[in-house]
Amino acid sequence: MELPEEKISYLQLIKNGIFKENTIFRLVISLCPSIAVTNSIRNGFLLGVAVLFVQTMVNTTVGLLRHFIHPRIRIPIFMLIISGWVSVVDMLMAAYAREAYKEIGLYIQIIVAFASILARAEMFASKHRVDYSFFDGLGSGLGFLIALVIISFFRELLGRGTLLGYPIVHAKPLLIMVMPTGGFLVVGLLMGFFNWIDIRFYGGKGAGGAGGH
Amino acid sequence: MAVARKEQELVVSVSPHIRSEETVARIMWTVSLSLLPAFVMGVYYFGPRAIFVTALCIVGSLFSEWLVQKMTSRPVTISDGSAFLTGLLLGMNMPATAPFYIPLVSSFVAVAIAKQLFGGLGYNIFNPALVGRAFALITWPRAMTTWIEPSAAFVGMDAKTTATPLGLLKEEGMNRLLEVFGDRITLYTQLLIGHRAGSLGEVSVIAILLGAGFLLIKRYITWHIPVSYLATVAVLAWVFGGKEGLFTGDPLVHLLSGGLMLGAWYMATDYVTCPSVRKGQILFGIGCGFLTMLIRLKAGYPEGVMFAILLMNCLTPLIDRNLKSRVFGERKEAKK
Repeated sequence: MELPEEKISYLQLIKNGIFKENTIFRLVISLCPSIAVTNSIRNGFLLGVAVLFVQTMVNTTVGLLRHFIHPRIRIPIFMLIISGWVSVVDMLMAAYAREAYKEIGLYIQIIVAFASILARAEMFASKHRVDYSFFDGLGSGLGFLIALVIISFFRELLGRGTLLGYPIVHAKPLLIMVMPTGGFLVVGLLMGFFNWIDIRFYGGKGAGGAGGH
Repeated sequence: MAVARKEQELVVSVSPHIRSEETVARIMWTVSLSLLPAFVMGVYYFGPRAIFVTALCIVGSLFSEWLVQKMTSRPVTISDGSAFLTGLLLGMNMPATAPFYIPLVSSFVAVAIAKQLFGGLGYNIFNPALVGRAFALITWPRAMTTWIEPSAAFVGMDAKTTATPLGLLKEEGMNRLLEVFGDRITLYTQLLIGHRAGSLGEVSVIAILLGAGFLLIKRYITWHIPVSYLATVAVLAWVFGGKEGLFTGDPLVHLLSGGLMLGAWYMATDYVTCPSVRKGQILFGIGCGFLTMLIRLKAGYPEGVMFAILLMNCLTPLIDRNLKSRVFGERKEAKK
């Protein structure tokens, strides 16, 4: 059932993942981690990197194995692949980033259940060549990473008055920003802001121009 | 925006019709005016600082409304009084000791985020003033729960901090409350007049009732929400409020203290965020009362009116949709 694939440029795929189909600001999925771990830039960045890695590897694996996976049992197979790669990240972090692992370890394990990972595997990787799948995973993971860093930048700055742990603002911080409530507020306002940019400067056609598909 | 009307009064007449004199602006300014007695009592007990806090809230609200409407190039409607009313209610829900940035930031959150970003007057899901206060309470928990003792004289500069009656009731029980106030009758009278610690506009029950009575006579609000709200609180306080078992609680203390009166008469009855069906309004009131008592008796906060009303605000569309009366003469849809 392999159709002759049309050519997609790799850059286009990455741009698509970052702008047009940004996991958080466009597709609005995987909001739970984007609110739970983004109260400091370090945590947001680490989880972003973990997701980037898992997303890329899962997409590659699924892209490689897609002819061997029977369509009827594809979702369980995807879950097995995802949990395999998540275990890899989990053990790596437990070994080499002890301190951060204590704080966000739970969310590393929960990457298994992230909608964004399964969505990319199902929507893209199972239907495209392995190199396209790789770059799609890379773009989507980068989009997630960037979104997490932007959100946690504002939350750490407003909620603790620090950036990467260094004190920046010497005023009383807004306590609400480090709580989940503040996470929702920041995500919502940023989403509105990006939509506004999109409409104002790009005519509402997706900030990355005409991306992948 | 619908003005409360007498039910079952359908006057059919030939044109030309005389248009009602009620406008949004007129209602908003009248409601603001009816809050005056409660505000004056707040100023009387907590001094000029109360005026300062409320004025900052009002200025902040009006400015935020103007700013957002300018930025989104919509018509500026600060003269319709809705932003003024939001600011006034927000100010009356603050402790008089709040430092200057709290009124400014929370009035911005109230009007710019909770009201204008949702589409402006009539489109907001949550009561803007309560969102502003919830934001302030979560962000500055200490400053927002530092209460000072009311002092009738205008010398409240070195005012003592103290707990609100509800705080006392929650932390140390009814007996301690009676110890502080003397006996039961004094307690009730003091609560009724407003000689107690609390947010600057919520303390005087009698002044709030005066304003609410005026609104009832003008038919700007109806009794459905406040009465079902207060009745639910009273019943639940009586049944579950006592420490010695069921049916030993003191409903009057729960009715007269906290922000219940201000919340029930002015916040829960906000046209935009409460159901417009009568049955729905009663359900809304019962829900508010239940959540209020749940928070007061079981949760971490001593007072739950604000969160109760905000939570019920979410359910408003659902209540309205499900309790709408059927339109007669329509054919029933065939069952699939």
